[in-house]
Amino acid sequence: MSAVYHDYNHRIARQLRYLAVGLLCLLLLSALWGRYSGVSLLSPAELWHDPLAQRLVMTLRLPRVLMACLLGMGLAASGSTLQMIFRNPLVEPGFLGVSQGAAFGAACAIMLFGTVPFAVQGLALFFAGLGVVLSYLLARHIRFGGWVLRLVLSGIAVSALFASGVGVLKYVADPLTQLPEIVFWMLGGLYAVTWSKLLSILPVVVPSLAVILFMRWRLNLLSMGEQTAFSLGAAPTRERAIALAAAVGATAAVVSVSGVVGWVGLIVPHMARRIAGSDAQKSLPVALLMGGIFALVCDNVARTLLAGEIPLGTLTSLFGAGLFILLMTTANPWLRSTT
Amino acid sequence: MNAIIALEAVHFTYRGASQHVFADLHLSIPDGAFAVILGPNGTGKTTLLHLILGYRRPQHGKVYLAGVLQEHYTRREMSRLVGLVPQDEAVAFDFSVLDYTLLGRAPYIGPLDMPTDGDVRIAMEALEMVGVAHLCMRSIASLSGGERQLVIIARALAQQPRILLLDEPTAHLDLSNRNRILHVLRTLNQRGTTVVMTSHDPVAAAAVANFVVLMRDGKVIEAGQPEEVFTAEKLSATYGVPVRVLRLEEQILAFNPLS
Repeated sequence: MSAVYHDYNHRIARQLRYLAVGLLCLLLLSALWGRYSGVSLLSPAELWHDPLAQRLVMTLRLPRVLMACLLGMGLAASGSTLQMIFRNPLVEPGFLGVSQGAAFGAACAIMLFGTVPFAVQGLALFFAGLGVVLSYLLARHIRFGGWVLRLVLSGIAVSALFASGVGVLKYVADPLTQLPEIVFWMLGGLYAVTWSKLLSILPVVVPSLAVILFMRWRLNLLSMGEQTAFSLGAAPTRERAIALAAAVGATAAVVSVSGVVGWVGLIVPHMARRIAGSDAQKSLPVALLMGGIFALVCDNVARTLLAGEIPLGTLTSLFGAGLFILLMTTANPWLRSTT
Repeated sequence: MNAIIALEAVHFTYRGASQHVFADLHLSIPDGAFAVILGPNGTGKTTLLHLILGYRRPQHGKVYLAGVLQEHYTRREMSRLVGLVPQDEAVAFDFSVLDYTLLGRAPYIGPLDMPTDGDVRIAMEALEMVGVAHLCMRSIASLSGGERQLVIIARALAQQPRILLLDEPTAHLDLSNRNRILHVLRTLNQRGTTVVMTSHDPVAAAAVANFVVLMRDGKVIEAGQPEEVFTAEKLSATYGVPVRVLRLEEQILAFNPLS
């Protein structure tokens, strides 16, 4: 009987290999794909002979495609993690005040310092973290409901506070210089990614993703009720806090560079569970790779479809919501058919 | 027989509650027993299981497990010693039966490790023992109430605990599923696991238990062999309504006659 299970594990392992190879190929193609001398792929010969093409690929496209990949991975992994620890498949990475906090921080920076890159990124990161801390502290003071409900409620409240703060800043912003910057940041995009920005978030993103990947089987346990998780030897509150810190760290870091990019962290974990089942041991690596692919595809479209840049956040929302509708209205094929 | 579970002078009050659940509770359950805890709603049966599990800690008094003070066990040691089948197990995601059962191996798997083939084998054996191995790749959400309860018990068995606590495992089940669960638990008990379950069903308790605890208002009214405990007088005192006890084909039947 467990032969069925091993076959199943092998199938997932094979799909993971396909996804990994697919992502690597896509990364390579994305670095060559662009609008340099018309929408086209740079051929290796062109790249070899044209110093401008080389500089374009090395200093602009490569950090951008790597950042897109990291963005998708970070959002998908933290979305999966948060859905597991909050035992709710509709949770997404920005919900504990992270997205709105980051938006508020970025808007503040744009108002105070103009578009100095590290000021925007730093303040976005700071306020994203503050959003989580405030949500946490507020949740401890809510006087009813279980811990999960309290966190969700306080996340909604803190997000709304930051959103109204952003509203005020937009109202007082200079409509010719500051307002467009704020609006464009909130629509999300990777147009301004440089090597230094990419490298600056790696010390946060890489350890966070490592923690999530190593803990992934344990996440199953944390998705159970308190009594069950406790009876199986977990320290649910402490272990959830560790997973939460990792997920929020990864999200806040990538969002501080990209601006608000929605739906990736909600939809990709759902797609991964469709492919690999609910067990996070298998579905989390699948989500990680699919997140990278999803964000890369969206970003490629964003930078090449029109002559001007399309905001990445609008594209991820469009594709994400479309896929979500498709997924929610079709039956889950994998489990019942394998009996 | 030695007591595998012993509560001494336990006092417990929920935080913020004005009324205590237990004041000076004494109870010992012998090693290898099939113990059933009977009592009306709200009498503290679930809280008692939580105290044995260590999920809640008494404000005063001591809980001994296998002769050792509960606080002296680590979380991991405790989870290898005591398993729990909770009253309602809400599973938020569509796990397969085997993936779910594998969670029972958590006490033996490090926080950053993955289950091994050995863990899969033990989980499969647990599913076989309760007779649902053929469902191993099914979604847990697609099971019937009886199958689901059996799978939850299998998850607790994969934990290989010396003590298995069950919070009303037969509530909401029809007669045949109820008997299926009781049969599995009896087999398990015969293999040496101490079973402690709460129940609302004196008939089921009398059929399987070799140790019965009657509780009311946080007090143990009587604890002992079913033959001694199952009297009309003691059951009436427990439930606060007239209870009649009949013996039929070596089974004890206890019921509250409708007037």
